[in-house]
Amino acid sequence: MFLINYIKEVAAAIGSLLKGMRRTGYYFTHHKEIITQQYPDNRDHLNLPERFKGEVVMPHNEANEHRCTGCTACELACPNGTIKVITKFDITPEGKKKKAIDKLVYHLELCTLCNLCIEACPSDAIKMAQTFEHSVFDRSQLTKILNNPDSKIMDGVE
Amino acid sequence: MQETIGHSATGDLVINVGPQHPATHGVLHLVIHLQGETITKVEPHLGYIHRSIEKMCESLTYRQFIYVTSRMDYLSAHINNLACALCVEKGLGVEIPERAQVIRVLMSELTRIASHELWWGAMAMDLGAFTPFFHAFRERESINDIMEETCGARLTMNYMVPGGVMMDLHPNFQKRVKDFLQLYKSKIDEYDEMVTGNIIFQNRMKGVGYLSKEDAISFGCSGPTARASGVSCDVRKWYPYEIYSKLDFEEVIETGGDSLARYMVRIREMKESIRIVEQLIDAIPEGPFQAKTKAVLKLPKGEFYQQVETARGELGVYIVSEGGTTPYRIKFRSPGFSNLSALETMVKGSKIGDLVAAMGTLDLVIPDIDR
Amino acid sequence: MSLSSLAQQIHLWLLGHMSEQWTLVLEMIIAGILVISFFAVLGLVLVYMERKVSAWMQIRLGPNRVGPKGLLQSFADTLKLLIKEGLTPDGADKFLFNIAPIGAIMVSMLLMAPIPFAKDFQMWDINIGVLYVSAVSSLSVISILVAGWSSNNKYSLLGAMRSGAQIVSYELSAGMAIMTIVILSGSLSLTEIIQSQQNGWWLFKGHVPVIIAFVIYIIAVTAETNRAPFDMAEAESELTAGFHTEYSGMKFALFFLAEYVNVFIVCAIGAILFLGGWMPLHIGEWTAFNHIMDYIPSSIWFMGKTFGLIFLIMWFRWTFPRLRVDQLLKLEWNYLLPISMINVVLVTALAILGWYFK
Repeated sequence: MFLINYIKEVAAAIGSLLKGMRRTGYYFTHHKEIITQQYPDNRDHLNLPERFKGEVVMPHNEANEHRCTGCTACELACPNGTIKVITKFDITPEGKKKKAIDKLVYHLELCTLCNLCIEACPSDAIKMAQTFEHSVFDRSQLTKILNNPDSKIMDGVE
Repeated sequence: MQETIGHSATGDLVINVGPQHPATHGVLHLVIHLQGETITKVEPHLGYIHRSIEKMCESLTYRQFIYVTSRMDYLSAHINNLACALCVEKGLGVEIPERAQVIRVLMSELTRIASHELWWGAMAMDLGAFTPFFHAFRERESINDIMEETCGARLTMNYMVPGGVMMDLHPNFQKRVKDFLQLYKSKIDEYDEMVTGNIIFQNRMKGVGYLSKEDAISFGCSGPTARASGVSCDVRKWYPYEIYSKLDFEEVIETGGDSLARYMVRIREMKESIRIVEQLIDAIPEGPFQAKTKAVLKLPKGEFYQQVETARGELGVYIVSEGGTTPYRIKFRSPGFSNLSALETMVKGSKIGDLVAAMGTLDLVIPDIDR
Repeated sequence: MSLSSLAQQIHLWLLGHMSEQWTLVLEMIIAGILVISFFAVLGLVLVYMERKVSAWMQIRLGPNRVGPKGLLQSFADTLKLLIKEGLTPDGADKFLFNIAPIGAIMVSMLLMAPIPFAKDFQMWDINIGVLYVSAVSSLSVISILVAGWSSNNKYSLLGAMRSGAQIVSYELSAGMAIMTIVILSGSLSLTEIIQSQQNGWWLFKGHVPVIIAFVIYIIAVTAETNRAPFDMAEAESELTAGFHTEYSGMKFALFFLAEYVNVFIVCAIGAILFLGGWMPLHIGEWTAFNHIMDYIPSSIWFMGKTFGLIFLIMWFRWTFPRLRVDQLLKLEWNYLLPISMINVVLVTALAILGWYFK
C-alpha cells in the first residue's frame, strides 16, 4: 500500500510539472501571442486615448487667441503650485481697464497630472495634451509659458 | 571586535534583507537573524519611503488631497481615492448619483483584479518562476488600458472626486471591459496550470508562514491576509459602502492560515471581482456622474472616519475638521502596516525561502506601509 | 567532409613537415586554441539561446536590436563585461577571490577533454571516460565554495554552503543514473558506450529502467549545474545573487560562462549515454530510413541531441518555481536516491538476463 501511494505521489507530481511545461511550450511555439510593443519604432502609429493626461496646454485659434480670462481658478485648484497666473491690465477700446493674462506659467516638473486645474477652469481655456515624451537636458526647459506671445483673449469669453 | 560584526549577542548571523533586495519589492528593510538557514528573528525597519503624506494632506484642500493618496498604495489607487472621497462626502452629507456609485464600484473591482494580478506574478517570481510575471502583466495591461481610456492615466488616476467621479465613462468602456472579461476567462486556467497546481509551488506554500486566527486579529491584519486565517473582515460585507450591499458576491474565507491559503484567497477574490464586474457592466444606470457640490468644500467641525476594502485589506481614512477648507488632521489606517507586523510571527523558525514565500503572499506595497 | 577526416589531414600534413614530437606539441596548441574559442562561441550561443527561449515562453520578443535578430546581443554583453571594472571587495580574501572564477572555468575545460564531438573526433579517448567526467565535475563545487567564502559577504557564504550541500547530494543520483548505462554497455569508455548504441539508443533499448535513469539524470544534472528550479546557490529572490554577489566584470563573466559550459557538458554526456552521442537514429530493419539517417554528419547528430537536452533544461528553468533548500535535499534523499538505487538493481538484472533489445 505504501509503495502504491509512493508511486501515485510521484506520478501526480510529474503530471503537474508536465502541465506547466505544456503551457510554456505552447507559448514558445506560438509567437502570435507575443504582446511586446516595439516602442520607439511604433511612434508613428502610437495612438494615445484622447483623455490621456500628458501635459497642460492652452489651445489657441488661428488668430492667436485663447480663452483664458486670468481668473486664477487653476492656480487655486492646483495642489502643488504648478500653475502661476501673471495678470496685467489691458485697456479696452472703450477706454476701460480689463484684467487679462500676461503669462500663464506652467511648471511641468511639478505637475502630477491630476486634472484638477482643467476641472476648475470655468472657460475651458486649458486642456490636457496627449504627449508623454517630456525628457529634456535642462530642468528650466520644463517651465513653460502656456499662452503664445502677443496672444489675446477670444471675443465673448468672460 | 572584528569577528562580532554582523552577529547578534546570541551568535546568530544577522542579514540585512533590503532596502535593496529583489524580494522586498521596494525599499523595505528587514533585519533577519539566522541560525544556519533558520530564521530566529525578523525586524522590519521602515522609513525609507516616508513622504509624510498625512502631513501634506493637512495643507491641501478637500478636493486637492485626494490625488496624493494615489501615491500610497499605488496598486489600488482608485480605492484609496475612493476612501478619501467617501470620507469627505460623509462630512459634506452629499448624496451620490447612482451612476457615479456604479462607476466607482466597477473601477474599484477592476483595480482589485489588476492589483491581485500583479501580486500573482510578483509572488511567482519571488518563488523563482519568472514566466508567470509576464503572463500576469498581459491581463493587467488590458485593465490599465481601460483605465487609461476612461481616467486618462494608468496608475495614479485621481478619478474619484467628492461628489462622484471626475469624468464620465468613455463610450468604449463597456466593450473594452467585456473584451477583458473574455480574455481573462480564457487565460484563468493557465494560472492553475502554471502555478497553483505545480507540485513545487504547493510544497513551497503549504504550511509556510502560518498565522493563527487569534494572531491575525491581535495584529490587526485585514484583507486577504486575515481572511486566509479564517477572520471574516471584508469591509464590503461588514460596513458596505456604495452599492456593495446590493451586489451578489461572496466574502472569500479560507481557514488554512498558511501561504497557500492566502494565495487561494486572492485567486478566488479575483473571480469574485469578475463576478461583480459582470453584474454591473450591463447595468450602469443613466444619470449624472457627479453630484452638485460647492466649488470650495468645507467640512463641518468634527471627526469623520471611513473604511474601505482595498486589494490589501482595510484602509481607513480619519479626518479631523475644524470647519475650514483643509483638514486639521488626517490619519490613514493602511492595511500593509498591520499585515507586515505579523511577518515575524509567521516566519519564525522557518527557512529563508519561507520568508520570501510568506512575504510574497502578504502582498506588501512599501509606500502603503510608510506613507 | 567529416571532422575526423579534417583532423586526420591536418595531422598528416603536420607530420610531413616536422618531427613527431613537434607535431604533438603543435596539435596540443591547436586543440587548446580550439577549445578556448569553442568556449567563447558556446557561451555566446547559449546565452542568446537562453534569452530567446525565455522571451518566447514569456510572450516577449527577446534580444532583437544588436545585429540581425539580436544575434550580436550576447557579444555586446560580453564586450560590456570585459570593459567593466572587476571589483574586489574590501575585506575579501583577495587571492582566493580572484582564483575562484578561474577554478570554475578550469573544471569546465577539463570536462571538455573526453567528449567525442563527432565520429572519431575526440581530444582524449580515455578508457575510463565516464569515471573521469564524474570525478572532475564534482570539483566545480570547490570553486563555488571558495568564491562564497572569500567574498566576505553573508549572502555569498549562504549561497556557497547551499551549493555545497546540493552538489554533493545530487552527485550520488547522477552517478547512479550513469551507472545504469555502464552496466548495460559494460564499458567506462565513452567511445565504447557510443559504439554499443549502434543498433539503437539506450533510451529505447533499455526498457523502463533506462527511461527512469534518464529522467533522474536530467533532474540531477540540473541540480548539479545550479540551474532553476534548483538554483539554490544563486536564488536571487532569497540571496540576491548567491555565491557571485560580489563578482563583477570579467570575473563574473567567467562564472557565467562556466555555468553555461557546464550545462553543455552535462547535456553532451547525457546525449552520449542515453541518446547515442553522434550515432544516427537507426530503426531496426528499415534500411532505407537508416541509410538516409547515415547521410547526416555525425557532428550534427551530436550537437542536435545536446542542444535538445539543453533546451529541455532551459524549459525547466523558465517554467518551474524554485524549491526550498530542505525540499531540495528531501527530493534527493527521499525520492531520487532510493529510486535510482532500485533502478540500478533492476538494470543489473536486465543486463544479466539480457532482457534489453539487442
